[in-house]
Amino acid sequence: MSTAANPFANFVVVGERTNVTGSAKFRKLIEADDYAGALVVARQQVESGANVLDVNMDAALIDGPAAMRRFLNLIASEPDIARIPLMIDSSKWEVIEAGLKCAQGKSIVNSISLKEGEDKFIAQAKRVRRYGAAAVVMAFDEQGQADTTKRKVEICTRAYHVLTEKVGFPAEDIIFDPNIFAVATGIEEHADYALAFFEATRIIRETLPHVHVSGGVSNVSFSFRGNEPVREAMHAVFLYHAIRAGMDMGIVNAGSLTLYDDVEPDLRERVEDVLLNRRADATERLLEFAETVKGGKRKDTVKDLSWRDKPVKERLAHALVHGINEFIVADTEEARLEAERPLHVIEGPLMDGMSIVGDLFGAGKMFLPQVVKSARVMKQAVAHLIPYMEEEKQRTGMAGKSNGKIVMATVKGDVHDIGKNIVGVVLQCNGYEIDDLGVMVPCDRILERAKEIGADAIGLSGLITPSLDEMVFVASEMERQGLKLPLLIGGATTSRTHTAVKIAPAYSGPTLYVADASRAVPVMQKLLGADRDVLVRETKAEYDSAREAYFAGQDKRPRLPLAKARERAPQLEYAPVKPGFLGVRAFDNFPLAELVPYIDWTPFFASWDIVGRYPAVLEDDIVGEAARGLYRDARAMLDQLVAERWVKASGVVGFWPASRDGDDVVLWRDETRSAELARLHTLRQQMDKGEGKSNFALADYVALQGDYVGAFAVTAGLGEEDVAIRFKRANDDYSAILAQALCDRLAEAFAEALHAKVRRELWGYAKDESLSADDLIAEKYRGIRPAPGYPAQPDHTEKRTLFDLLGAREKCGIDLTESMAMTPPSSVSGLYFAHPQAEYFGVGRIDRDQVADYARRKGWDMATAERWLSPILAYDPQR
Amino acid sequence: MNRDQRLAALNAELAKRILTLDGSMGAYLQGFGLTADDFHGARFAGHATPLKGDSDVLTLTRPEIITKVHEAYLGAGVDIISTNTFTATPISQAEYGLEALAREMNVDGARLARAACDRAEAADGKPRAVAGSIGPTTKLLSMSPDVGDPGRRDVDFDTMAKGYEEQVLGLIEGGADLLLIETITDTLNAKSALWGAWEAFDKTGVELPLWISGTITDRSGRTLSGQTVEAFYNSLRHAKLWAIGLNCALGPADMRAFLADLARVAECAVSAYPNAGLPNAMGGYDETPHTMEAHYAEWARAGLINIAGGCCGTTPDHIEHMRHAVEGIKPRAIPAHDARLRLAGLEPFNAAA
Repeated sequence: MSTAANPFANFVVVGERTNVTGSAKFRKLIEADDYAGALVVARQQVESGANVLDVNMDAALIDGPAAMRRFLNLIASEPDIARIPLMIDSSKWEVIEAGLKCAQGKSIVNSISLKEGEDKFIAQAKRVRRYGAAAVVMAFDEQGQADTTKRKVEICTRAYHVLTEKVGFPAEDIIFDPNIFAVATGIEEHADYALAFFEATRIIRETLPHVHVSGGVSNVSFSFRGNEPVREAMHAVFLYHAIRAGMDMGIVNAGSLTLYDDVEPDLRERVEDVLLNRRADATERLLEFAETVKGGKRKDTVKDLSWRDKPVKERLAHALVHGINEFIVADTEEARLEAERPLHVIEGPLMDGMSIVGDLFGAGKMFLPQVVKSARVMKQAVAHLIPYMEEEKQRTGMAGKSNGKIVMATVKGDVHDIGKNIVGVVLQCNGYEIDDLGVMVPCDRILERAKEIGADAIGLSGLITPSLDEMVFVASEMERQGLKLPLLIGGATTSRTHTAVKIAPAYSGPTLYVADASRAVPVMQKLLGADRDVLVRETKAEYDSAREAYFAGQDKRPRLPLAKARERAPQLEYAPVKPGFLGVRAFDNFPLAELVPYIDWTPFFASWDIVGRYPAVLEDDIVGEAARGLYRDARAMLDQLVAERWVKASGVVGFWPASRDGDDVVLWRDETRSAELARLHTLRQQMDKGEGKSNFALADYVALQGDYVGAFAVTAGLGEEDVAIRFKRANDDYSAILAQALCDRLAEAFAEALHAKVRRELWGYAKDESLSADDLIAEKYRGIRPAPGYPAQPDHTEKRTLFDLLGAREKCGIDLTESMAMTPPSSVSGLYFAHPQAEYFGVGRIDRDQVADYARRKGWDMATAERWLSPILAYDPQR
Repeated sequence: MNRDQRLAALNAELAKRILTLDGSMGAYLQGFGLTADDFHGARFAGHATPLKGDSDVLTLTRPEIITKVHEAYLGAGVDIISTNTFTATPISQAEYGLEALAREMNVDGARLARAACDRAEAADGKPRAVAGSIGPTTKLLSMSPDVGDPGRRDVDFDTMAKGYEEQVLGLIEGGADLLLIETITDTLNAKSALWGAWEAFDKTGVELPLWISGTITDRSGRTLSGQTVEAFYNSLRHAKLWAIGLNCALGPADMRAFLADLARVAECAVSAYPNAGLPNAMGGYDETPHTMEAHYAEWARAGLINIAGGCCGTTPDHIEHMRHAVEGIKPRAIPAHDARLRLAGLEPFNAAA
């Protein structure tokens, strides 16, 4: 669902508490000259989600222009308040103008009207326009305020024509306020007031293009002053109907908006009877109900807060298990005051809570997203205690105690860290101290840091295949420098086999592959406990047999000689189609909202260790609940990410004349096909599939002459790092990881969206294609987009050629590390082949003859070729 | 060619290609090794306040030097040159005790530029426009000069608008074709400049195209008064601008991201005139004409700009390279007006359409 389709999501909330006519508290602050206190009120409005801040200084004892000037000038130096636009609200023109002269942004004036005739209205509107503000226009004319549907619509229509035709006021800057009046007053003429507002709103939005409709919602419940439960219910129900009628802005208490669905049904019906004037005794019935709740404590209808009545220990456990961070600081503080030392709060109630989490996780009753949410609560609790522990340390000279220190890093050349972050969080909430060095960390920094802090273990992570070699290098350096501490290996491309075959032999200390986050804790417990020797011995035995199995398996799979494999290349004739343009085209700042429908959610769940196909996974008996929770959080963040443009998506596409030359593809400068622009190298399958079966290379999909090849690079990660840092600073790793995982999905979605555009228009070989999003994910279309570093072309260095051709760094800010990882990490690149028979395949392992041939074609020596192709060598280059 | 004909011809070119604006006045003036005597001249020989550093007074005391700078940039082939009036408002000139001469500086400044352009136009018949340079003044409307008293302001909106009105009246009288409100660090200052311009338009019946260029002070991507690029645009969009852009403070590499933000939202022409890099340890600028050229070419190819020029540290040589770099590349397509309520505080808030 896009935000544009949802009127409730688009509702503009104008915070009303900085209004002396509506808030006695704020009025007293201004009257007492307490502007610092007044700023606190403003800040609360922004923090509770106000999109616009209403400022009103109309009171008998206040000098309006001076107070407005002073307050707006003070707001200007508070960036967290000044962030949002202002609504300069006054019934006095001189107060409005005083405010406009202090506001650098684009504000809203509230209000102007035809009350004193057209000439004055025009003069004020012209000045509003010159100050560069939008305006609320009241349904008010020379005869007075409009109270019927007909009058409301007539006045607004007249004002619209005056403003757009005589003043040149942009229609989108007009916000009509068709007057919200009190209902249930006991006066019969007032019974239709709410209905008239709904109806007028509907007509105004339908007949006056581009305008907005706003109003002061709290007026409607004026007769129930002092009875907050009834008032809030009335506001909620009124807004529900008004928004559906087209009201898209409202002056409301940003901090306490009740949801329509959360209004108790009996009350809701009575309120609705009043607002919609559905029965003669509606007012009496609502009054009757009001008597029953009058003066009573407002019952929170949103959440069950009965757990708040339990002792603090149990509250902490509840908060941890349910991932609720709302009260955690207060509860932690309460526990701290009860405890002898702040550390006891961690070792006592917090660790007890986390061990419940650990048990539930272990028993499969909680899932990773929930655990990470629990960890967020834990971190925030610990963050609260740290200053007290530091202070205690200062006082006593004692250091805190931890289960062990682990240095973690994503290795040099690699930028992927979602998995590492998850493991780090899980270890942290089990009492380990994590020193996370981040991404692209060179070997010497990892080892130096480990020595410096006396680490108990080193954890390495990586996602792309060249990182495997870097891990081997780190292991050999640890050996050379005589380290003994355990080395943990994790990350998407790592495996038990690789660790056993390549990494463990390079280092004589314990080397362990950790498959996922849930394994990390038991492994560390054993490594740093009494069972260490047992684990090390068992692992060694396990890896020895894995190695033997690997080398035994190697010999059983003979490769075809390269010449023979080439004989078995498929003969794929076809008529090439010329792309719509040649050369490159950039797509800067691609609208994120257009990418959302292309998101493939299945891998998103996989990145959180939740296995299952989307959407079925949401209904899964075992993981369904966790998946739904994660999905809800992800969609909410996605909506915000898109609406507020946390990240920027940019991409570039290129097409060139091309032809096949053996297993290479030649790209030509132009259609004369006389000057070579670049050469793409491809690798051929060498497994023996038997007679009559083909051995593929990507070059097979390009004709010997007259063909074309395309390429692309896209990213949805420009700004991603800042977002993650922002969350991490707030001790909210859950949101940080969520944001990164979403950017990953958006980048993939971008690649999918762009590929569709390429097929239908840019290259245009499938102009009539119309496929559903599911069919797209199932790749039921013509043509492929293989990426270097993936099975069809495992050589990552081909990305360099691709990036140079596309100008990917200059055009959309995607760079390559020395290991050919794309940065920002949420990026996708690849080649386009249009051949109707083109399919994805895996090159599999290749033999020495092809490596030598490939090295010659790339201008490499044999060692370089073997290094870059090491994951797919069918032989051991050392033997 | 009168002003209307010239603007019509210029707008026709704007639709077809990337227009070029001149480079720095200051960098060029430095080369003359001017002394206090040059600034004071005979006219201000006995002036009590030292005038050295008041570049705008040179219009009155050494007009032939200003003309030389204009001619050098016209020689580099630009379409638009800006007047030597960056600080010619009563507020800024008050620092030199010359507030009473603001009007005259603008009249003469515009005349010198116009005369140089007229000669160039006479030579080849192509339009050359004079942009009346309107700087930010030495005071800020949105910020306190005193950290201990954040509510304080040294000047108010009306006083500043009145000063700008005076400047615009002078520029109109001297024959400027466009108004370039530039190096804007505080959007409220720009709003008061617009106010002053409109007052002057009302009084003279002459209405000049409005062009605003903001300054992003560092890599945070904000103006000095704290706005993001899009918030800055939203706050000035009401002025039906001829062009909006960025200049000063940043070199081309650092400016690019913010320029792209602006190019994405602006519903009018987009201009950019960066510094020649960031000031180095010696206060000089490191970008050469050749290194800058690559940035301009990339901006042009990426469809980010309609008008290119140079700010601090750029010379006629930089500008000539720039002109070659953008030549023949299609200008940024100017999007149609999007009828959306676009509000702003320090950050933009756009309501749904």
